[in-house]
Amino acid sequence: MIKSLKIAVIAVALSVAGFSANAATLDDVQARGELNCVVTTGLAGFAAPDENGRWDGFDVDFCRAVAAAVLGDGEKVKFVPSTGKTRFTLLNSGEGDILFRNTTETMSRDADLKLTFLPINYYDGQGFLIRRDMGITSASDLNGASVCIQTGTTTELNLADYFRANGMSYEPVNIETNEEGIANYSGNRCDVYTTDASGLASTRAALDDPSAHVILPEIISKEPLGGAVRHGDDQWADIGKWVVNAIINAEELGVSSANVGEMCAAAGDNPSINRLCGTEGDAGSWVGLDSKWAVRVLEQVGNYGEIFERHIGPNTPLALERGLNAQWTDGGILYAAPIR
Amino acid sequence: MAETVAVPSQRNVISRLWNDKESRSVIIQVLTISLVFAFLAYIIHNAVVNLQAIGKGFSYNFLWQPSSYDINQHLIDYDSRSTHFRAMLVGILNTILVAVCGIVLASIVGFVLGVLRLSKNWIVNRLAYCYIEYVRNVPVLLHILLVHGLIVHAFPVPRQAISIGDVTFMTNRGIFSPKPLYEPLFLVVIVLFVLALAFMWWFKRHAQKVQDETGKRYPVFWIGLGTIVGIPLVSFFLLGSPITWDVPALKGFNFTGGMVVRPEFIALLLALSLYTAAFIGEIVRAGILGIYYGQTEASYALGINRGRTLSLVVIPQALRIIVPPLTSQYLNLMKNSSLAVAIGYMDIVATIGGISLNQTGREMECMIIVLTLYLVMSLIISMIMNWYNKRIKLVER
Repeated sequence: MIKSLKIAVIAVALSVAGFSANAATLDDVQARGELNCVVTTGLAGFAAPDENGRWDGFDVDFCRAVAAAVLGDGEKVKFVPSTGKTRFTLLNSGEGDILFRNTTETMSRDADLKLTFLPINYYDGQGFLIRRDMGITSASDLNGASVCIQTGTTTELNLADYFRANGMSYEPVNIETNEEGIANYSGNRCDVYTTDASGLASTRAALDDPSAHVILPEIISKEPLGGAVRHGDDQWADIGKWVVNAIINAEELGVSSANVGEMCAAAGDNPSINRLCGTEGDAGSWVGLDSKWAVRVLEQVGNYGEIFERHIGPNTPLALERGLNAQWTDGGILYAAPIR
Repeated sequence: MAETVAVPSQRNVISRLWNDKESRSVIIQVLTISLVFAFLAYIIHNAVVNLQAIGKGFSYNFLWQPSSYDINQHLIDYDSRSTHFRAMLVGILNTILVAVCGIVLASIVGFVLGVLRLSKNWIVNRLAYCYIEYVRNVPVLLHILLVHGLIVHAFPVPRQAISIGDVTFMTNRGIFSPKPLYEPLFLVVIVLFVLALAFMWWFKRHAQKVQDETGKRYPVFWIGLGTIVGIPLVSFFLLGSPITWDVPALKGFNFTGGMVVRPEFIALLLALSLYTAAFIGEIVRAGILGIYYGQTEASYALGINRGRTLSLVVIPQALRIIVPPLTSQYLNLMKNSSLAVAIGYMDIVATIGGISLNQTGREMECMIIVLTLYLVMSLIISMIMNWYNKRIKLVER
């Protein structure tokens, strides 16, 4: 009796320890052989299952990049769909190892929700989508409008602030998911749908007649979107951070999935490329990985420009311009810290 | 009896305690309780350890911060500068509003359904049967989404609103109707109305007493109607109609002014009450069928007519069967109102358990509030229904 009680106590103590230990995420992921990546429940171009049920999109590629660096295979990802409300809980509770879900970095999320943000991978801002036949050309004409918002995002705060600051009134219609929000907008329950401009482009592309809707020119907020991990594991945060930086740096350095094989075959004349390729220095070991970590990322996923063009660029239904998201050398503000 | 005489070893004591029926039940109870508490302690400890591990404290200070979001239906003053606490109050009131309206509507529709289900008319009977079987076998969330979708798509946009006498407008953004603005003299009407109610309460008892003593019956209903409706109405017009109306008007995108009932509220109310009514209908049917038909026949034999037989003989007894399961249905309706978030009705779950939770990141704190609120509201409904049940139950002498 006493003995079995002891066993029970030890078992309980162990499982408590097991639940609360979240130090070595890298070891957990490698032992599991699979990366749990928190994404949206579906936002075309960013993260959505394609017709074969394979997850595809801008955010999804960043998940795959981390899996390629850590596990050697970008397919070894389990996608954890989340709503705006559940995403941080999923991450903080350990259901997900990393989050790529059009998430705006804010001070409260960073400090109060105990997240560590990875470098910004998309500079966005909140905009308004409206029917063309309404004849509205500016957000300052929206006084009295009914506005559909996806609840659990920074957008509802920006919206409240914007209308208040401009002395306008509105009727908020707070909807749980993007799909329900679009259904309400299509049903004319609201005049305007608001979210990040990239999300609006995605939403408009999915509407019956995209040309019947316009995105108003005003951008009412800064929405720096990036991935995030939970507090408490700096090594894991570093891995996420440098995978994103490697993807951005690779574009700047002209390394792509097409030429990574030849450019990284042997050390060349450009030390920056050599360090990225792992043919010079020991960058991989600094984050607990091997020297070919970035090469695998580029082989399997590609550089920033490739990811952008593939999912959200001008040749996709979303037709987003690079704009702010061009490299700093091309007039944008994409500026990744160097690998050295 | 040989065992009891033998020197008891420690092992024997345990097995003897275990074999004794009474001490065994004590042991089992002690074990069960300690297991339950150990489990609770484990869960709480785990939560505390995990929160500490990521450095999040447990605090309710956020309730006094500005909420920074807007709510489209609020029964009390609210804007984005109000606190999270006030947002919570708005949510509570919205939940109570839909729950109370839902319970009333569900009871009425349910009662009618139950009676229709017993109708001798084949078509009426089958229609009620089909309705009940369809409605109660589809999840309530689908009903909510369906009704909301129907309202949003079937009703016109504000610019093509269905106008009723140019004062009330039906659109897919809600039903806009004139809002009464009371002038001070209207208070007189209210006072007269209250006085009329008080008088009728006294008069009804008095009439009953007179009837008991002398057998003479007053036309209580007509006198009541005249007093409660007539007096305030006449005084209202004598005082020169001390009410002005704020009529809604189309301005820009939407109607402004007047009162508005939002489609989210209508959808939730209809879906919840029509769904629950199907269950209540079956409960009412069971209650009526539970009363022995001989009583009805006996009542007829005494010359009591159909209506009075129902109201004096059958229903008072049927209520004893109906009320306990009815309580569960009321509780279900109230709890199902938490599905409101699916269509954007801002109830408790959508405000404090939704946007506030998400904006402040206080999952634990917010969920505790939401759980407590639902528990309290459920207990209040239970209390009222149990009190009512006690009142109507068979008085045994």
